[in-house]
Amino acid sequence: MQDLANIFIKSIFIDNMVFAYFLGMCSYLAVSKTVKTSVGLGLAVVFVLGITVPVNYTLENYVLKEGALTWLNEGFSTVDLSFLTFILFIAVIASMVQLVEMIVEKFSPALYSSLGIFLPLIAVNCAILGASLFMQERAYGTIGEATVFGLGSGIGWFLAIVGIAAIREKIRYSNVPPALRGLGITFIITGLMGIAFMSFMGIKLEDSKKEVSTEEFVQVENNETKIN
Amino acid sequence: MSDKKEALFSKKNLKLIKDPLDDNNPITVQVLGICSALAITVQLKPAVVMALSTFFVMCTANVVVSLMRNMIPSRIRIIIQLVVIATLVILVDQTLKAFVYDVSKELSVFVGLIITNCIIMGRLEAFALANKPWKSFMDGFGNSLGYALPLIVVAFFRELLGAGTLFGYPVIEKLGLYELGYENNGMMILPPMALVTCGVYIWIQRMRNKKLIEEN
Repeated sequence: MQDLANIFIKSIFIDNMVFAYFLGMCSYLAVSKTVKTSVGLGLAVVFVLGITVPVNYTLENYVLKEGALTWLNEGFSTVDLSFLTFILFIAVIASMVQLVEMIVEKFSPALYSSLGIFLPLIAVNCAILGASLFMQERAYGTIGEATVFGLGSGIGWFLAIVGIAAIREKIRYSNVPPALRGLGITFIITGLMGIAFMSFMGIKLEDSKKEVSTEEFVQVENNETKIN
Repeated sequence: MSDKKEALFSKKNLKLIKDPLDDNNPITVQVLGICSALAITVQLKPAVVMALSTFFVMCTANVVVSLMRNMIPSRIRIIIQLVVIATLVILVDQTLKAFVYDVSKELSVFVGLIITNCIIMGRLEAFALANKPWKSFMDGFGNSLGYALPLIVVAFFRELLGAGTLFGYPVIEKLGLYELGYENNGMMILPPMALVTCGVYIWIQRMRNKKLIEEN
């Protein structure tokens, strides 16, 4: 239980999709003009991430990984299909988005009309594919962990886009240098928000197993240097 | 492949290459492909590898989709485009893993994320679906150059100021600036500074090119 909470908090604050990895920046910049629309898109992203990460996790562990097909036949224990990762993950994401779109349209037309335009856009939001690829890279142990990671990443993205939208609504009243207006200032504000979010990196998450916590800490450091 | 009346490098075709470099830059004006652009600009080497990979995927995908443009039903065009892109990205990923393994480790998930790089989808949707292969190739060529330019400029400054090296070569040390009391600015290595550096790049570009200035 504690592990799940750790993953959850880590994926929201410390490994925030936007500020630590710059994922989903395109829609983050394009749709953050008003708070209302950004809340809609943020919710849709949380939803889709919460579904696609566990589905891709299952796929990874029962189809793609080396020896993952053993459940089908003993002879398949050396088959390694991991080179098919990208194409399968993106197919899952595209079809999931389509599915979610149809379900929402059928059962909640009001939500559908408010999300309408953004839903299909999510298929090409890099935060979604990014979360699946991180899930694969970090090799989470159970499907529960993967789900929590997906939801946490989504919520982190949601927080980021709502925050920037609120700031952008206010910045209309400030006197920004003309050449910096619009995109430029949004970049710089995101940078500042990112610096603020970096202070979460100091959080030491209490862990049930002490060794794991240090190991995880080292892993975070490694991830940092790798990204850097 | 181009029209017989039109020369291969006519003005119109050259404009396809020139426009994305400044007036219609994919990163700073069209706001496409930001995610991958920012994440790998800490050092020059991964930035250059990324630019080359995108260059390959973009040109090839543009040509392939343009060749198929009359066969693709518009309802399922997105998934067809994604399949074309994903196939090309798998090629790039496997090649990188085989020949420059350390760089491919550094790029980590970002090679895979070329698939969802909106520049590629955006150009396929906006250009390749409606134009002939040669023009699409020129468009892909121009846009990947336009993508590479800010990428390399930002990576240049971040590596120089943050680590004091260029392509891993210790420039500052060789110049002897450390003895004069110069110190690296470790902040440039942190992720948020990519955004600020890129913001400054946009600022300078728009100061030179007034027509890009936004209302608000």
